[in-house]
Amino acid sequence: MIETAFAALVGLFIFVAVYLIQSRALIRILLGIAVLGNAINLLIFTAGRLTRAAPPIIARGETMPAGPVANPLPQALILTAIVIGFALFAFLIVLAFRAYQSLDADHTDRMRLSEPPGEPRPPLDY
Amino acid sequence: MIAQLTPIADWLVVVPVVLGLMGGALLLVLRSRLRLQQWLCLVVLLAIFGSDAALLQRVLAEGPIAMTMGRWLPPFGITFVADVLGAGFAMAAAFVAIVVLAYLQMDTPETARRDGIYPLVLLLVAGVSGAFLTGDIFNLYVWFEVILISTFGLMALAGNPLQIDGVVKYGLLNFLATSLFLLALGLLYGLLGTLNMADIMGKAQGADSTALVAIAALLTLAFATKAAAFPVNAWLPASYHTPPAGIAALIAGLLTKVGAYALIRILPFMLPGARAVLEPALVALAAITMVLGPLGAIAETKARRIFGFILIGGIGVIISGIAMPSIAAVSGAVLYVVHAILTITALYLIAGLIERSGGQLAESWRRTLLSALLLAMLLSAAGIPPFFGFWPKLLLLQGLLDDGRILHDVNVDWRALILVGAILINAFLTLIAGARLWIRLFWKEPASVASEQPRLGLGLGATAFLSCTIIGVGLWPNGLVAAAQLAAMDLLDPAVYVHAVGLGP
Repeated sequence: MIETAFAALVGLFIFVAVYLIQSRALIRILLGIAVLGNAINLLIFTAGRLTRAAPPIIARGETMPAGPVANPLPQALILTAIVIGFALFAFLIVLAFRAYQSLDADHTDRMRLSEPPGEPRPPLDY
Repeated sequence: MIAQLTPIADWLVVVPVVLGLMGGALLLVLRSRLRLQQWLCLVVLLAIFGSDAALLQRVLAEGPIAMTMGRWLPPFGITFVADVLGAGFAMAAAFVAIVVLAYLQMDTPETARRDGIYPLVLLLVAGVSGAFLTGDIFNLYVWFEVILISTFGLMALAGNPLQIDGVVKYGLLNFLATSLFLLALGLLYGLLGTLNMADIMGKAQGADSTALVAIAALLTLAFATKAAAFPVNAWLPASYHTPPAGIAALIAGLLTKVGAYALIRILPFMLPGARAVLEPALVALAAITMVLGPLGAIAETKARRIFGFILIGGIGVIISGIAMPSIAAVSGAVLYVVHAILTITALYLIAGLIERSGGQLAESWRRTLLSALLLAMLLSAAGIPPFFGFWPKLLLLQGLLDDGRILHDVNVDWRALILVGAILINAFLTLIAGARLWIRLFWKEPASVASEQPRLGLGLGATAFLSCTIIGVGLWPNGLVAAAQLAAMDLLDPAVYVHAVGLGP
């Protein structure tokens, strides 16, 4: 039951992210990517199954946990993904700011330096 | 099941990655000593190349070797596996990195040197080697991000507005692609409860096939974006012509090939059932990319952008081998990846030399040499015998035409027929785009010759060395073809791989 609710929440997050990424303002695209990252983290968390079991701690001297325990792997995966995603997101924000400074644009239609409109066509003769 | 420790000799599997990461960290510490940095970078790259070569030799002789970290038994610990595919690609990548390092001596802005180009090159090579050698799909995601971070740095290094514009587009779309990859990973983990590639192969057979097909489609979308296949290729022509030529050559040679490698690794190897369902979509993806890539090249006027579109066409050729896998077709795709790593790098290096001379080299042996190298590389990219590009295309055509696929009984297999046609059209269009570029650059007198001729020195030497290597392996391809066939056999019959990881009988 709680997993269904989480799945719906992930869907909502992805809906918001897709809406934001379709925007032409760079900062909204970045926000969309941040929301998408959180949606994915939540998805991995839900995919590891949500239980009310005990924390996954093995007592000293034992090799196996005593009873049912929560799945620790999704947390490790999410932690990795959060760290990487955060680093890349920070870089992209700085990059967007640099682009705003040096290109004077945060609108994708006006960022045409690498593919300028109206370039000469290739010649037809030899 | 593995119960004992990995023998010391098998630690070779992680050596390329460890060398790259530790070397990158060491160079960062020595960031004020630029001359020492470049020599150390060369030494580390040579060591990585040597360990890749040793790894490939062992794998060719003994079959795949694996190592699982942290004393966890295989499906739980992170596994590194070297098979012919991974070790061969890693070796080609290290080779290209050494050549590009020599080229960078000639053509690197001083600010880029100071801002740490050498540590980033090592980090990129470590990321690429890690992606080729890992046997854990979440670990593959981590290496993708390592590659992404280092290329962000490399592309933005000199920091002029053109580069910033290119890297914004490259960064956003590639970050989105890796996010989709992670999304698919989460779903795959939820479905199968494992992330080890060998374990996924076993568990996928009993799983819900509809869900698996959806996950495979999502993975295909993510990797096709990384590889720049047609509908999701927009980032490549917008960014690959912006950084300095040497850096562009390294990125163009390595990056999209990692995406192509992941497609080879996931579809025919890890999830063959899902690939069979996705076959029509893959055929369409391959055929459209093969035709539209070189058409884009024909519509361009700048050398590096033309090469970008030729690269995209080549990605379609690789996907065609994955779309309808047989031993010959997959070995063609594998060999094409090696060919693309070498040839595309050479093309971008040549473009850099031409840009540096302003297209105004006087009539001299240097102009003659440069024109000959460009012609040879363009013919190789198009797949004209006796150049290297011909052999993978021959294998692909063989794979698609044989196996009774074209004319089994009375039914014509339209999918194979479409792919065969698209491969031939791709070669023809690439030839047109390349020939026209060459004619305009070299077949007429330069309009005005610059009074002071630029120094090309080491850059020209490195480019000539790489091109001669490509011509050489094109003339004697037997060893590479045999290795590619071995890689394809291991891919289509993964029992050896699973056994090496320690999960199979």
